[in-house]
Amino acid sequence: MIGTVTVDARISDWVVQRVVRRVMGPLVPLTATVAALLVGAAMVWGFGGDPVEGYRAMFTGAFGGISEFADTTVKATPLLLVGVGICIAFRASVINIGGEGQIIAGALLSTVVVLALPDLHRGALLPLALIAGAVGGACMGFIPGVLKAYANVNEILSTIMLNIVAGYMMQYLLLGPMIDKEAVEAGNHIAQTKRLSPNSDLPILLGDTQMNLGIVIGAVVAIGAFFLLWRTSLGYEIRAVGGSKDASRYAGMKVERRIVQALTLSGMMSGLGGAVLVFSSVAHRLSVESGPAGFTQLAGFNGIVAALFGGLHPLWTIPAAILFGGLLVGANALQRAVQVATPLVVALSGLVVVFVVSSDRAVRWARHLGERFDIGASPEHDRTGSAASGGADAPTTPSGEGAEP
Amino acid sequence: MSAAPPLLEMRGITKRFPGVLANDAVDFNLEAGEVHTLLGENGAGKSTLMKILYGMYRAEAGEVFLRGQRVVIDSPSAAIEHGIGMIHQHFMLVPPLTVTENVALGLQSSRRPLTDLPTVANRIRELSETYGLRVNPDAPLWQLAVGERQRVEILKALYREATVLVMDEPTAVLTPQEVDELIVVLRRMAADGRGLVFISHKLHEVMAVSDRITVLRDGRVTGETTPANTDRAELARLMVGRPVQMVPDRPDVQPGEPLLEVTDLHVLSDRGDEAVAGMSFGVRAGEILGLAGVSGNGQSELAQAIAGLRPVQEGSVLIDGNDVTGQHPRRVRDAGLSYVPEERMRDGVIGMFSVAENLVLLNQGTEFSRRGFLRLGAMREHCRDLVERFAVKTPHIDVPTSNLSGGNIQKLILARELSAEPKVILAAQPTRGVDVGAAEYIHNRLVAQKAAGCATLLISEDLDEVLALSDRIGVMYEGRMMGVLDRAEATVERLGLWMAGVAGGAA
Repeated sequence: MIGTVTVDARISDWVVQRVVRRVMGPLVPLTATVAALLVGAAMVWGFGGDPVEGYRAMFTGAFGGISEFADTTVKATPLLLVGVGICIAFRASVINIGGEGQIIAGALLSTVVVLALPDLHRGALLPLALIAGAVGGACMGFIPGVLKAYANVNEILSTIMLNIVAGYMMQYLLLGPMIDKEAVEAGNHIAQTKRLSPNSDLPILLGDTQMNLGIVIGAVVAIGAFFLLWRTSLGYEIRAVGGSKDASRYAGMKVERRIVQALTLSGMMSGLGGAVLVFSSVAHRLSVESGPAGFTQLAGFNGIVAALFGGLHPLWTIPAAILFGGLLVGANALQRAVQVATPLVVALSGLVVVFVVSSDRAVRWARHLGERFDIGASPEHDRTGSAASGGADAPTTPSGEGAEP
Repeated sequence: MSAAPPLLEMRGITKRFPGVLANDAVDFNLEAGEVHTLLGENGAGKSTLMKILYGMYRAEAGEVFLRGQRVVIDSPSAAIEHGIGMIHQHFMLVPPLTVTENVALGLQSSRRPLTDLPTVANRIRELSETYGLRVNPDAPLWQLAVGERQRVEILKALYREATVLVMDEPTAVLTPQEVDELIVVLRRMAADGRGLVFISHKLHEVMAVSDRITVLRDGRVTGETTPANTDRAELARLMVGRPVQMVPDRPDVQPGEPLLEVTDLHVLSDRGDEAVAGMSFGVRAGEILGLAGVSGNGQSELAQAIAGLRPVQEGSVLIDGNDVTGQHPRRVRDAGLSYVPEERMRDGVIGMFSVAENLVLLNQGTEFSRRGFLRLGAMREHCRDLVERFAVKTPHIDVPTSNLSGGNIQKLILARELSAEPKVILAAQPTRGVDVGAAEYIHNRLVAQKAAGCATLLISEDLDEVLALSDRIGVMYEGRMMGVLDRAEATVERLGLWMAGVAGGAA
């Protein structure tokens, strides 16, 4: 037999890779988080706070009890929904930075539906409103998708710009046609709707807490996205287009259509997140009193981080979103406990992002070092010219390729 | 010892990677003034040995001697200090910089901290004069063709006064003419007392350029010989470990109906000029039409236009009588075309997909899905069967395709394309960068397909391949068909003239 040695080498190489991926996969972002928290501790200490006390408050605030954990799930829900959408887009090699705009579009359309049909039965109104949210977000994703697929417009730029368009549109609508007219008559000119029909409230799952149906919707959507990507022909083609447009086109796929679908689906998830944000809000209304970002809580951006944290795998994005939700909830507790400035909390989550995103590079660097000093080096591949190129434009996946759980 | 020690001697080099012995007590020596070829299949350990020499890997055992002195080379910079130069398969050059700047890169200038580029440029001119390495020192690198870039790499090594020069598959990127030129340059450098290590698996080049040949297989030296004392068949046997059939048996098949008809085809290149300027030909059932020609004469554009990947300006493409001109690739496939693309990693497979996923690239949406859901069980069964039938060497069908060797990726593509039961096969450079064993296999498969009644268009720059497989041979030059000959009438001389654009003979 020719090349048996090579095959043995590749088997062992592959087994090593698989084990490394299984064990190291979740370990890498966790290590990165710990590293970020250590740097954060130095910052807390520099501002005159006690890091140990601060972090204890943070952990207790996020995961210390049922009500704390419930808050965490509420924060995690929009991150999860946006993150799942990001997984779909990034698998198609489409970078969707338009989560903010898609959340807003979903929130607006679902609110319009509820305002128009306030007396519809709960069993019909809530699903209808959620669908409207998904449709709103989908439209917002469809536009940059078409521009990207048929006019080669860079989707990063178009999605970011549409965030701004959506933000102003929301402010216009909430100060104008959708404003709470009773409040205006009472002299309060606030950019928000009236209290929405109680038939559209997302049911609370746990007695006195804020935990609502949203997190379940998020988990179901994540599982659905997993099935879509790895169990359906459409998902296969979306991933194929992400892997190589040329090979996909040559195999007879409709590449442009898949790009549009990936961005539309991605927007749909964010739009659903927007609807969930509205119907699970404490005030039960859509409000931009403190600006568009006050409504979205920047979930459109943080969701990207959650997805990267989860290795762009919808199922891993579930724990990743909960971890990030916890970080956001806990950060407030930290701030209260050690009395440090609010920006520090923002800086802390920023640090985590930087560490997680750069951990991919760190892993590669460590592997390279290992090769130089023969610690678990991978065997020579001795590949030919054309075999070495390709797949270069695949998005960065911090915790590896995460094919199937 | 009476004789002078060799320029370079590597003794008992052993290098182990997890699960594989890449070099097993390899002895290798190089005399000044010789071109010594390291021959072997992909993964035989040639590159590992040279990477050890260049300080990129550390050997577990073995010693390296330069002119009889034991040396320890633990980094590429140490290798350069010892006068060892390496020309990698993938060039290490900076496109926006000029040739001179690229050569000077990383060296200390005599006028530190200022640069001294005119001196460098003059030395480059001298060197290119001496060795016949034509290149303009002031040209920015991105303007240069692949062959010229390689000359810059060689100049870089010469500028650093390398006495031992390692060239890792230098001919893989060159046209036949450029290969001939390179061989002249190599001979000249050797005549100057340098020692050259030439890594290749192309047997005719090895026979043409080498003073000595060392063959590696599975990390061990299986033979050392000289071109005078061997032939290609023996070298192939040493590489593969069994006799290799260099030319497949060509069954006599009576050609049938024309299945592929191309009429007055005009196609533009990416730059917008006419790459295919009125090609007409037909391929009949049970026939292989070989299309030879130097690369860049419109072959890629022709193949893409037939496959529906590039718009057609004028003319028509008929597959089994169906007009598929300018149709979506899907329609062309449905009409009966299978395509083995030239850029296999870009067009043929999706690198990050598993072997199984790539095997169903064409039919996952039809044969292997039910109501939009993939039939994973049926898919896997089908893939295991194909991997078996087409001898794709992979540990598992879930391995990422980019982990496979070039030859095995090509077999994977062949498995997928041929199992679609095509009427017409379009094979573009099917064995480029593929090792001897896999090439033999691919050739036999294509011949078997011909016996099954397929019409095959074989586009290849490898004239030996075209001559070995084809029933008729055409030559493409500047987008036109110079002429078509029956295999019996075709000679290398006649085809060579056509490839150079000299008309004459049968049309």
